[in-house]
Amino acid sequence: MALPKYTEPHYRIWHYIYLTICAAVFFFLIAPLFVIFPLSFNAEEFLVFSDGMKSLDPDAFSLRWYKDMIYGTKNPWGLATKNSFIIAIFATIGSVILGTVAALGLSSRHMPYKGLIMAVLISPMIVPLIISGVAIFFFMAKAGLAATHLGIILAHIILGTPFVVITVTATLSGFDHSVTRAAASLGSNPVNTFMKITLPLILPGVISGGLFAFVTSFDEVVVVLFLAGLENTTIPIQMWTGLREQLSPTILAVATCLIILSTLILVTAELLRRRSERLRGINQ
Amino acid sequence: MSSETKQILTTDGIPLEVSLKKAERRNKIKAFLLVAPLLLFIIITYVLPIGDMLMRSVDDKMVTQMLPKTFKAMEKWDGKELPEEEVFAAFHSDFIKLVEEKREGKLSTQLNYTKNGFKSIIKKLRRKSKSFEDGNYKEQIMAVHKRWANVEYWQAIKRRAPAYTGQKYLKGMDMFKNESGEIVSVPEDRRIHRVLWLRTLEIAFFVTVFCFLMAYPIAHLLATLPMKYSNLLMICVLLPFWTSLLVRTASWMILLQQQGLVNDFFVGIGLVADDNRPEMMFNKTGSYVAMTQILLPFMVLPLYSVMKTISPSLMRAGKSLGGTPFVAFWKVYFPLTIPGIGAGCLLVFILAIGYYITPALVGGASGTLISNQIAFHMKSTLDWSFASAMGLMLLTGVLAIYWVYNKLVGIDNIKLG
Repeated sequence: MALPKYTEPHYRIWHYIYLTICAAVFFFLIAPLFVIFPLSFNAEEFLVFSDGMKSLDPDAFSLRWYKDMIYGTKNPWGLATKNSFIIAIFATIGSVILGTVAALGLSSRHMPYKGLIMAVLISPMIVPLIISGVAIFFFMAKAGLAATHLGIILAHIILGTPFVVITVTATLSGFDHSVTRAAASLGSNPVNTFMKITLPLILPGVISGGLFAFVTSFDEVVVVLFLAGLENTTIPIQMWTGLREQLSPTILAVATCLIILSTLILVTAELLRRRSERLRGINQ
Repeated sequence: MSSETKQILTTDGIPLEVSLKKAERRNKIKAFLLVAPLLLFIIITYVLPIGDMLMRSVDDKMVTQMLPKTFKAMEKWDGKELPEEEVFAAFHSDFIKLVEEKREGKLSTQLNYTKNGFKSIIKKLRRKSKSFEDGNYKEQIMAVHKRWANVEYWQAIKRRAPAYTGQKYLKGMDMFKNESGEIVSVPEDRRIHRVLWLRTLEIAFFVTVFCFLMAYPIAHLLATLPMKYSNLLMICVLLPFWTSLLVRTASWMILLQQQGLVNDFFVGIGLVADDNRPEMMFNKTGSYVAMTQILLPFMVLPLYSVMKTISPSLMRAGKSLGGTPFVAFWKVYFPLTIPGIGAGCLLVFILAIGYYITPALVGGASGTLISNQIAFHMKSTLDWSFASAMGLMLLTGVLAIYWVYNKLVGIDNIKLG
């Protein structure tokens, strides 16, 4: 953002103050994440930068906490990782199917009581998580699903569907319905039309909704804390217990892996967003 | 208008109007059937359980069902003087039944909530009641302990007669119903919940303000920079947004600890002495700092999406019409960003007001919020009806904020990134 040559000095100063403020805020946002990387390679057990690390002594760095994460005795991370992925994958599939189908209905101009139904469907996103946790726990306890994978998956479907509904409805709002009518007039049945015409066109929206649902489930801890038994422990639960009891460098190793995972998800989400923007550009 | 003009018929000979209406109805049903699975799922697993919370929070059937005859007999009692023999006899018969089922312990716990001192006299009554003779129960019960002859204890029992009670809600506001049925506050030094409600509001409010002050300049920068730079900077906003909440909280725990980098920095620039490092974690400061950083993307994204749509020529027009840059900003740019400000503040405030994980980890005793209290009653004291009541009070607050927001700005203006 170059300033025009005629800018008066005091505006010039103000402009640099503004840029400094922005830099400080960006630093505040992103810097905390980068503390985790070096400390997860710490050779010592303490969560502070040792003198060796400050002088970049190679002996001060090691992979021992990563080894501990993978091979450590009695370590819960293996089971937690497996559970987290199983739960998140099934919750995502469930959310995407239920959410996409519902979004199709909601985008129809024939849909009665649209506002009210939409409010009910996205309510799990609006209501504070702790309240959702209590309510879902009461239901699962009554249904005998507390401390089961199925119970947690269902809970995460509840929390994940609003994202799918919102993203897919948004994608469908720019959708040209004449293509489905064209398909129908050419003799295609509705299911076939959906699979061959509608779905490929709204796929970016569906996938980005799915990503939201996946991350929501993968990162969710409040509801799982109420629902999970020992067998259903997940990565967030283990991190929560670890952070509450003692902050060990193994947690930082796990955190580093999670940051890498979220970077991958971020890149995917961004690529999808650009693709859908491009597609919408073509439609115009 | 049908009889004069000739009705248009479809090929089947049905009037077009009827046929269209039929098609319309079919489309309506089709659309509804698509939504139905999710709607049913959410209603059964989510909306009804919230209703269940409401039932639990006011449910007081336990004592009502334990002492059915007593409460029946008490209907005629005016509650001023000691009740008649009839009430004592009914109470005795209820009590014998409870002892047989070994449930008198639960009764004493429940009655003790209403008035202290029931525990010991119920234990004593259980022992003595074995040698009771038939008839004249009033004399016999009153002889067990002098409190049984005190009208206040009988009034306390009568207060538990209704099957529903708002007592848990009163407790959530640090109030209770006293002997004469008036609603009064608990003594000053025992008002824990009011402090928590106020602190929750205070922290949510200031976190929203901090987020707004920090997000506005960077959202503006992101919206005005050329695409290739702003995409790079956008990652600084999106990476924390997609990163696990626990990871971000963990990084603050490392930074804010007494030997942490923030304290190192303060010592380094000579702000504090090395042997006098301030506590920045396990108190309000920890909650403020961590929550502001974690919720900041939720403020930046709506602001950015609104600012992106504001044409830069508007500011130029403002300036060319004689406004200084500040006037042009304040009179032209700022009002246009209000929908984004509204959406961002609503989002951050509502997320902050129900925050649980971060305050529990970095907030210590003085930085915890109402959510932590709800979780505490769910998991530790197992007073689920109280947890439900406080949850619903919080929910009512959140819905009220949405309602006000909808009136002022309109809920449709919310954008997700």
